Amino acid sequence: MTTLNPEMSATINSTSHEHHHMPPRGMMRWLKTTNHKDIGTLYLWFSFIMFLIGGCMAMLIRVELFEPGKVILDPNLFNQMTTVHGLIMVFGAVMPAFTGLANWLIPLMIGAPDMALPRMNNWSFWILPFAFSILLSTLFMPGGGPNFGWTFYAPLSTHYSSDSTALFVFSIHIMGISSIMGAMNVIVTIFNLRAPGMKWMNLPLFVWTWLITAFLLIAVMPVLAGVVTMVLTDKFFGTSFFDAAGGGDPVMFQHIFWFFGHPEVYIMILPAFGIISSIIPAFSRKKLFGYSSMVYATVSIAVLSFIVWGHHMFTTGMPLFSELFFMYCTMIIAVPTGVKVFNWVATMWRGSLSFEPPMLFAIAFVILFTIGGFSGLMLAITPADFQYHNTYFVVAHFHYVLVTGAVFAIMAAAYYWLPKWTGHMYSFKLANWHFWCSVISVNVLFFPMHFLGLAGMPRRIPDYALQFANLNKIVSLGGFAFGLSQLLFFALVIKCIRGGESAPAKPWDGAEGLEWTLPSPPPYHSFTTPPEVE
Amino acid sequence: MYSNTKRLLISVGLLLFPIFVEAAQLNMTKGVTGISHDIYHLHMTIFYICCAIGVGVFGAMIYAMLRHRKSQGHKAANFHESVKVELAWTIIPFLILIAMAVPATGTLIKMDDTKDAALTIKITASQWKWHYDYFNKGVGFYSILKTPQKQIDNQQAKDTDYLLEVDKPLVLPVNRKIRFLITSEDVIHSWFIPAFAIQKDANPGFINEAWTRIDKTGVYRGQCAQLCGKGHGFMPIVVKAVSGKEFDSWLKAQQQAKLVAAKSAQAALSKTLSKADLMKEGQNVYLAHCAVCHQPNGMGLQGVFPALKGSKTATGPVHDHIHTVKFGRLGTAMQAFSKQLTDEEIAAAITYERNSWGNNMGDAVQASDVHKVKQ
Amino acid sequence: MTKAPMSNNKKLMIYLVCGCIGMFGFGFALVPLYNVMCKQLGINGHSSNLPEKYKRELVVDKSRNIRVEFVTQIHPGLPYDFGAITKEVTVHPGELAHAQFYAKNNSNHLIVSQAIPSISPGQGTLYFHKTECFCFTQQPLKPQTKADLPVVFFIDPALPKEIHTITLSYTLYDVTKAVLAVHPEVAKQIES
Repeated sequence: MTTLNPEMSATINSTSHEHHHMPPRGMMRWLKTTNHKDIGTLYLWFSFIMFLIGGCMAMLIRVELFEPGKVILDPNLFNQMTTVHGLIMVFGAVMPAFTGLANWLIPLMIGAPDMALPRMNNWSFWILPFAFSILLSTLFMPGGGPNFGWTFYAPLSTHYSSDSTALFVFSIHIMGISSIMGAMNVIVTIFNLRAPGMKWMNLPLFVWTWLITAFLLIAVMPVLAGVVTMVLTDKFFGTSFFDAAGGGDPVMFQHIFWFFGHPEVYIMILPAFGIISSIIPAFSRKKLFGYSSMVYATVSIAVLSFIVWGHHMFTTGMPLFSELFFMYCTMIIAVPTGVKVFNWVATMWRGSLSFEPPMLFAIAFVILFTIGGFSGLMLAITPADFQYHNTYFVVAHFHYVLVTGAVFAIMAAAYYWLPKWTGHMYSFKLANWHFWCSVISVNVLFFPMHFLGLAGMPRRIPDYALQFANLNKIVSLGGFAFGLSQLLFFALVIKCIRGGESAPAKPWDGAEGLEWTLPSPPPYHSFTTPPEVE
Repeated sequence: MYSNTKRLLISVGLLLFPIFVEAAQLNMTKGVTGISHDIYHLHMTIFYICCAIGVGVFGAMIYAMLRHRKSQGHKAANFHESVKVELAWTIIPFLILIAMAVPATGTLIKMDDTKDAALTIKITASQWKWHYDYFNKGVGFYSILKTPQKQIDNQQAKDTDYLLEVDKPLVLPVNRKIRFLITSEDVIHSWFIPAFAIQKDANPGFINEAWTRIDKTGVYRGQCAQLCGKGHGFMPIVVKAVSGKEFDSWLKAQQQAKLVAAKSAQAALSKTLSKADLMKEGQNVYLAHCAVCHQPNGMGLQGVFPALKGSKTATGPVHDHIHTVKFGRLGTAMQAFSKQLTDEEIAAAITYERNSWGNNMGDAVQASDVHKVKQ
Repeated sequence: MTKAPMSNNKKLMIYLVCGCIGMFGFGFALVPLYNVMCKQLGINGHSSNLPEKYKRELVVDKSRNIRVEFVTQIHPGLPYDFGAITKEVTVHPGELAHAQFYAKNNSNHLIVSQAIPSISPGQGTLYFHKTECFCFTQQPLKPQTKADLPVVFFIDPALPKEIHTITLSYTLYDVTKAVLAVHPEVAKQIES
């Protein structure tokens, strides 16, 4: 930690050393950068690449499920694809995207020159590519990569897995360390580098939600590290945490995993709430309704997330009282989540609405995330869960929450801040195409999954009975269309970086926040003199 | 006027939607037990409540999107908080949730009550099949996927019950309380049969309970619901529900058949089959039990399941080959087949493996050879 | 603010790193915590592998009949026959009862096995006490021999009213390797 000190002083002294403003050129600029914007950019590109890789796996899965019978993947490879798709999307696409946004935006939003711990920031990004190279390389090893689902339930992941499990564990460890370092940086930055006069209750909501997310990360990523370590020692070093023969219990794995896993779900959605809470007021030209209740709702969702993990495990044979406990706690989460949705609607109500691309994605987020919330509420009802659990209904639910929830929020954020990042406006026409193609195809992709689940189709199966054939075909077609639509986004971003109409400091007339007081793109060191906040 | 009609159309559309779902048979099954009916109604109630909330929330949003547009010159109002409103939409959802929780709790308590069962079935899962044991009745058998590999590989037209057909279904009586004891021998599986609204994990080393009382005779199908490895999609559950009388006579017949089977196994030991007969039976046994891993062409899956074509075991001493099939290989996916296959079946499968896909050992293994091999 | 952050950052980082380490430890602490919870609340039918003393002062509740069923599983690859001779018994709470199991080693070498008990319904675990059980110890069995395995147990009369049937399940595991790792001298016995 002491090594951080010189770095810190370098940042602070940078006002007097002009040469610090000029970054080195070429590869080394990116490898050695400690600049929050560069690191933010790296995170965002990394996440987009992972999104495409994970997306390709999803495409393969949908090709296999296009019709009954074997199409291209044998069942073992199919299991590897579902597993790695899940891991990549959770740890490689969604989480780094949010960390990237945090890096870019938090210093701008709180009026700081940079993140508080720039050198650690560099590390926390650059270990990620290694983690994912390791994970992806396992796919090409004899015996194949992880094939036990992203939830890696023991003993399937211990005594019944291939040797590459060691590398899987190692890569999860690195991902965990990266997330923890990112989270620490966010916390320290928000605590110590706020502009003078910026009180807790006037922090932008994106900063608030990220702060809470960062605490969740610090609380649960170490638990994930613990549980993968137990898997490792069970498999290779003869312990029996999850092996009944040695006095262990495979169900305990699920308890520990979901103790991490449920807060993890909120780690992937809370920053999205923050993004939406910035965008909707901007394009409604009206202040966010119920700022303080938004903050309290976020905090209570985060706290509740620690006592609901059991709802992932209703079928494991829990005693009645714990099923009831987890059911009630889970249902209560609907209250603060509802408050958020109502607040967004109230913000739009009697506003002066316009529908630029960020707003389109934000509105789609509110509607589709709410649908995901409804199915979540249905899943919380324990008796009904026995019919929904482990079917496509669950797959539909979490894709609504994570794709039309988290991913749409990230898209909205990209469209909202892209002019600020690049200094150029992007093509609204292309963005509108991207939006409408995505929003239609994503519903063709995920909505029919609800019906498949209700009709009893289990998840994670490589082949299915004939009555599921028609819907699966529709789902696959929607999937291909959604996958292709994302290439529009790629083209748009490249175009925007290379040029275009130059963006003013504040391209959206209703936008609020310190980031819009800086020119677009902002200078290399964001706020060299702290701005005054009234 | 125009947007009012639009709103009406949207609301009607949302209301018609559930009916469409019902008509298209894509909804949750009502099932054939009291519990499954309860759950169905619970599901529909919550679904309608969600629809109603959805109509309210999305309706307000859509109204704002249509009427409060900047392009129509709408000026933004200035309110941004209201304690009353915020309190209302915290408390009202809470009350709605309580209304949902009450029937859910009732159903859950009912599901938990396993007392006074007339029949107990012990279900043991393993990769990738189910074993059913009629507790204390002396009847038990494995239930394995019947769909031929050729249909999975698209070389043959698929049957109506593709992937949902087993060699021996679980036979149960209607109108009797049946208790299930569920456990696993290897990884976690899950016994899921929507018609009874039962989904219960089979945990290795631990035992789980569930119960049902079937109202209607018929054939009900389900699948393993917990990812359990490569064959996860290929371990269906089929229950044949018959009248109590029919069930009693079926059970008696099974008990007698068991005695006969024991005798014929004894007889098989002194029988010598021709190689052609062994090969024919062997192919059937191989495709049903071995081909899942070793593949129909004997090539296995590289790095996961070894090939049998030209393998040391299949072209080596016959004793080792029998030993492997009978007792399995510890620490690998190769399991012991001595409990689920008869000596005759093992003999046939081994003969087939030693004389197919270019393996040409020429030997015909007999049931008595298999019987002799001890661990 | 330009002077303060250094020490502030350091302080905060120390808290956060401690928090992380603490949570990593907590992940492992969940293991014993879970076992305690299982025992206290009867989660997952975790049954004890330790003998308990029969309390003579217990009043036998003649008005209640509890059916106790016995089921067995063998871990795949263990060349044993293993089963319950007593399939079920009906007992009054508070009364001492016993059941008989058997195991046979079908292999040509000595094998040490360990039986893992599990009880359903889980809440029954708290009230089901074994005074004598083959599951308390690891059981070595010589090649091609059979052993009778007894279980003596009683049910606490405080058993909740809604429980009428208790199932006791044993899964038999091969622990020869684990035993060898701790007591290499057993290897000689196995070879002979």
